[in-house]
Amino acid sequence: MTQPNVQPDRGYVTISAEECKGCGLCVEACVPRVLALAAHLNHQGYHPAEYAGAGCTGCGLCFHCCPEPGAITVYKLARPAAA
Amino acid sequence: MAEVPSGYTVLHERPKAFYDTFERKGELQQQTHYCPGCGHGLAHKMIARAIDELGIQDRVIAVSPVGCSVFAYYYFDTGNVQSAHGRAPAVATAVKRSRPEAIVFSYQGDGDLAAIGTAEILHAANRGENITVFFVNNAIYGMTGGQMAPTTMLGQRTTTSPLGRDPFNEGYPLHVCELLATLEAPVYLERVALGNAKQVMAASRAIKKALTNQVKGLGFSLVEILSPCPTIWKLNPAKAQERVREEMVKVFPPGVYRDHTTERAARPAPPPAPGLDELPRLLDLEGHEFDRTGLERPAGLDLRIKVAGFGGQGVLMLGEVLAEAGLLLDLEVSWLPSYGPEMRSGTSNCHVRIADQTIASPLVAQSNVLLAMNEPSLRKFIGDVETGGWVLYNSRSLPEGVTAPAGVEVLCIPFTELADTLGEPKAGNIVMLGALLEAAGQLPAAAIDRALEMHVKSARWLELDRRALELGRETARKELANAYV
Ligand SMILES: Cc1ncc(C[n+]2csc(CCOP(=O)(O)OP(=O)(O)O)c2C)c(N)n1
Ligand code: SF4
Ligand code: SF4
Ligand code: SF4
Repeated sequence: MTQPNVQPDRGYVTISAEECKGCGLCVEACVPRVLALAAHLNHQGYHPAEYAGAGCTGCGLCFHCCPEPGAITVYKLARPAAA
Repeated sequence: MAEVPSGYTVLHERPKAFYDTFERKGELQQQTHYCPGCGHGLAHKMIARAIDELGIQDRVIAVSPVGCSVFAYYYFDTGNVQSAHGRAPAVATAVKRSRPEAIVFSYQGDGDLAAIGTAEILHAANRGENITVFFVNNAIYGMTGGQMAPTTMLGQRTTTSPLGRDPFNEGYPLHVCELLATLEAPVYLERVALGNAKQVMAASRAIKKALTNQVKGLGFSLVEILSPCPTIWKLNPAKAQERVREEMVKVFPPGVYRDHTTERAARPAPPPAPGLDELPRLLDLEGHEFDRTGLERPAGLDLRIKVAGFGGQGVLMLGEVLAEAGLLLDLEVSWLPSYGPEMRSGTSNCHVRIADQTIASPLVAQSNVLLAMNEPSLRKFIGDVETGGWVLYNSRSLPEGVTAPAGVEVLCIPFTELADTLGEPKAGNIVMLGALLEAAGQLPAAAIDRALEMHVKSARWLELDRRALELGRETARKELANAYV
């Protein structure tokens, strides 16, 4: 739940755990370091990347550095948050 | 997957230029077959995004190579052609020329483009073909398990340079962009790297530009992509990326090696290929119609003719006239010349087959007609003439010690001398042709005369050849009559 006096993050990211090969290149690319490889394995035996859930700037670098077609989707905040 | 909070809209998602599902395997139909962290996956994705952004998906035809990216056609939802190893630029040339409205790119590894395909890329670039080439340089053969590539770096260990690449044994790494930049024609050559996010973004721009150039019709564009191969390099993806960033870029400096995109106008569209009906005119074959009415197509015909002599004796021309006559009669025909490097002098011969059935091989190993213009040719080939066949020899008699195989008819006539009496010893071949027609008369005279007309452009020679033909016929007729009295 967004609190009225806190600015929401400019971006958001989802990672499809079953499409991810756990290469970690998105983790390397993320400047605010809000991505990490999970401790658990996906069905292929890779540690999938995960978003910490906060702090994404929506820069898109993780998307551009991910070799898988659809493992990562990046979102941006549609309208500026009301002051 | 977590719920996306409200207020957010999609910024970057799976490119549309990929198929929704990849049908190669029954499972994992969202993933590529590439190893984790492989540069091919990234390159594919950048290309797919560029296609989306340019709105050209319906026009794109991708030419995939041999190498790890051999299955590119399972991923790009575009037109696809898969080519033989190294031949992608030649295939792309053909595709682009036959479909000029298509946006054609070849996608090639360094083994594919810089080893087995060196000639193809060089000449496609030199012709300035209006295609786009994506060249993935990972300094290794990935698919086959890590052999040295032309782009392998000095000191780099591979299965075929186990002590590290040594310039005195294996040469230096090949710099494709620098090499192609020596050519006039290419419009855009850039080397990019996939060593970190910044480099990836630059690569993405170069890829889009290379496709845009083609949309504008500017000509040949190539982007070399320094690319990690974590598996063969035996490095984890992050370390492999670091190697691209730290090591590869030192050997292969990224940068723009050619950019004529602002000063070049669009290449003129290739002139359309002439229609089939125009070919006779273009090839100067007009007026070669031949009326076959009343002429019988000799049934059961199987002439296997060897014409042999010295160069300059008209051996090949004699064969051509025979073959042409066969064509005029709607027969199956082959003509196979065989001569040394010298155009004049030296021996030459040709194999001619004329048959009413399909000819399996143009080679005449066992002949049923030997036309020998000189003694060496006679000696060489007379043993190969079949029973029931003919030998025509350019002299009054067979030389000492030469006999024809049993059941072979021999006709010895001094053809060159006879031609000399017409004032042109070179017409000896046509005198011989006349004799052949008389001896083994399956080919109608009208067809031979028409074939001569087609081959002999000068009126003086045609008149001479017609007399030579008649002289040959007459002489043979007399000889044969004598032989059978
Ligand atoms: C005519 C032919 N020669 C050799 C091969 C074996 N072969 C398959 S892939 C390959 C080299 C691949 O290396 P590269 O082009 O660098 O692509 P990568 O696998 O590294 O992406 C070779 C030599 C083949 N398939 N066909
Ligand atoms: S969009 Fe940028 S900030 Fe957000 S997760 Fe990806 S790399 Fe990190
Ligand atoms: S870059 Fe893509 S494949 Fe690699 S860990 Fe991140 S999401 Fe997974
Ligand atoms: S072997 Fe190398 S080039 Fe081939 S898919 Fe794996 S990482 Fe990529």
